Amino acid sequence: MLNEIFIKPFVDMVEAPDFLLQVLWEGLVSGILYALIALGFVLIFRSSRIFNFAQGIMVVFAALTLVGLYAMGVPAWICVLLTLGVMFVLAVAIERVVLRPLVGQPDIILFMATIGITLFLIGFGEIIFGGENKVMISEELGIPTGDTVLEPWGGLLILQHLDITVVVVATLLVLALLAFLNYTQMGRAIRALGDDHQAALSVGISLQTVWVLVWFIAGIIALVTGIAWGARAGVSFALEVIAYKALPVLMLGGLESITGAIIGGLMIGMLEKLFEIYWGQPLLGGNTETWFAFVLALVVLLFRPQGLFGEKIIERV
Amino acid sequence: MLDAAKTQETLLEVNNIEVIYNHVILVLKGVSLSVPKGGITALLGGNGAGKTTTLKAISNLLHSERGEVTKGSINYKGERVQDLDPAALVKRGVIQVMEGRHCFEHLTVEENLLTGAYTRKDGKGAVEADLEMVYSYFPRLKERRKSQAGYTSGGEQQMTAVGRALMSRPETILLDEPSMGLAPQLVEQIFEIVKSINENEGVSFLLAEQNTNVALRFAHYGYILESGRVVMDGPADDLRENPDVKEFYLGMSDEGRKSFRDVRSYRRRKRWLA
Repeated sequence: MLNEIFIKPFVDMVEAPDFLLQVLWEGLVSGILYALIALGFVLIFRSSRIFNFAQGIMVVFAALTLVGLYAMGVPAWICVLLTLGVMFVLAVAIERVVLRPLVGQPDIILFMATIGITLFLIGFGEIIFGGENKVMISEELGIPTGDTVLEPWGGLLILQHLDITVVVVATLLVLALLAFLNYTQMGRAIRALGDDHQAALSVGISLQTVWVLVWFIAGIIALVTGIAWGARAGVSFALEVIAYKALPVLMLGGLESITGAIIGGLMIGMLEKLFEIYWGQPLLGGNTETWFAFVLALVVLLFRPQGLFGEKIIERV
Repeated sequence: MLDAAKTQETLLEVNNIEVIYNHVILVLKGVSLSVPKGGITALLGGNGAGKTTTLKAISNLLHSERGEVTKGSINYKGERVQDLDPAALVKRGVIQVMEGRHCFEHLTVEENLLTGAYTRKDGKGAVEADLEMVYSYFPRLKERRKSQAGYTSGGEQQMTAVGRALMSRPETILLDEPSMGLAPQLVEQIFEIVKSINENEGVSFLLAEQNTNVALRFAHYGYILESGRVVMDGPADDLRENPDVKEFYLGMSDEGRKSFRDVRSYRRRKRWLA
C-alpha cells in the first residue's frame, strides 16, 4: 500500500515521461481556464468586495447566447460580437439594477444578490434559448480540430488542436488583462478601488464605471471559457460547474491576488490531473477530479488562511 | 499676503449647513465659511468639532458614509455643488486629501500619484509634466517612486496623498489634518510645502487642523469650530493674538498661573466657546 502511494506513481512518471507530459498538458489546458475564471472573480471581488456567485451561470449564458444567435442564422463571427454586446448590456444592467441600489449594504446581502442574478439568468436563458443541450459552433468559429502527434523520447504526445487554441487564446487574454491592469489609467483605477474605496472616490474615480467594466471583463471571460469548454463538452447548464472549480483556485491563490489566481489555476489544473491519473484511478477508482481541488484548497487553508498568494496585508509597525 | 487673499474672489461658500449621519446624529449645526481664491483658510478645533465632516460635506464624500447635508447650501464659484458626486467636484477643481493619508497601499508611489490624474483628459504629456512638478515639491517621492505606498513612512504617505491631489490640477485642495501622527519637524516641512504650492501654483487650501499653532502660522484666515458650530473666525494673525484662542488652543496665557478665584470667569468663557 505504502509502495503504491509513495513509490510506484513516481516510478511510473519517470519510466514513461511522455505520458507524464501528456497528463501535464491536459492539466495545463483546464488549469488556464480555471485561472481565467478565477481572474474574473478576483477583479469583481477587489473592486466591490462582492463574491460573484453568478460567474458560473455567466459562462453558460454567454455560450447559450452565442449558439442561440447562430441558430437564428447570424454569421458566426457576428455572433461573437453580438454576444460581447449582450454581456456588456448585462454588466450595465447588473450595475444599475442590482449593485447601485445595494451600495453600502453588508457583503452578505450583495452575495445573496449574485445568487439572485444566477437564478434569474438560469430562468431567462431557458426561456429564450431552451433548456436542451446544444453543440458549440466551434467549426464555424474556425477553431481547428484534429491533433498533432509529437514523439518526445521516442514516446507519444498527442496535442489536440482545440487545446492548443484554448491555451494560446487564454494566455493572450490573461496577458492582455495584466497589461490593462498595470499600464492603463482605468486598470490602475480598478486596483486603487480595491485598496481604498474612500480614497478612490476622493480622486474622482467613479464606482459605477469601474463596476460596469469589471463585470464586462467577467462577461468576456465567461464567453471565452464558454466557447472553450462548450467545444469539448457541449453547451448545457452543466457548464456552470466549471466555474465552481475556480473556488478552490481562489482559496489557494487568495481572493485578492491576480498572480495568485493565475498560478493557483494552473496548479490546480495540473495537480488534479496528476492525482487522478497516478493516484486516483489505481487506488480510489477514479473520478477524483471532482473533489481533489477542494480538498487541496482545504489543506492549504489550514496552514495559510490568506491563501498561498493572498495579498499580503500590509501593516507598518 | 493677507490683503491679496482678501481682495480676491471667493471660491467656496458654505452657508449655514447642517449635517446628519445615519438620519439621527446631528454633527454640524449650522456652519458657514468662505474660502477666498489663492488663500490658505484654516478650520480649527478639537476632536469631534466637525472639521472632517465639514470637509467631507464639501467634497461630497459624506454620501458613502451615510451622512447628508440637510440644511444650508454649498456653492463653488456661485454654483450649487452639494448634490454632485465627488468625481464631478474633482473635475471642477476641488479635491480632498483625507485624514490619515489613505494611500493605495498596493500601488507604487508613482501609481498613486497617477491615479490623481484619473479625471483629466488633457493627455499623457501634460500628466507627465505634472508628475515632474509634484516630484519637484517632494523630491523624496521621486526616490521612493517604485516602492509600494503601504511600505513607505507616514511622512512619505502624507506627501503621496498631497501629491496625488495635486495631480488632478486642482484649484482648491481640502486638506484634512496633514499633521496627524507626524513628527513636529515633518509637520513643519509639509506645511512649508503647502505654502509654496499655494504661492507658486495658486492653489487655494481649506485646511482642517488640530495643531492650531502651526496652522495659524501658515494660514491667512481661520475659523474655530466647536461641537458643530463656528464660534470664532478672523484673520490668522488676529486669532493668534486673541486671548481666548491663546488660552484654549495655544496653551498660553497672559496672566500666567491662575488663582482659584479666576476659575469662575474661566468657566464662563469656556461656556461661551462651547
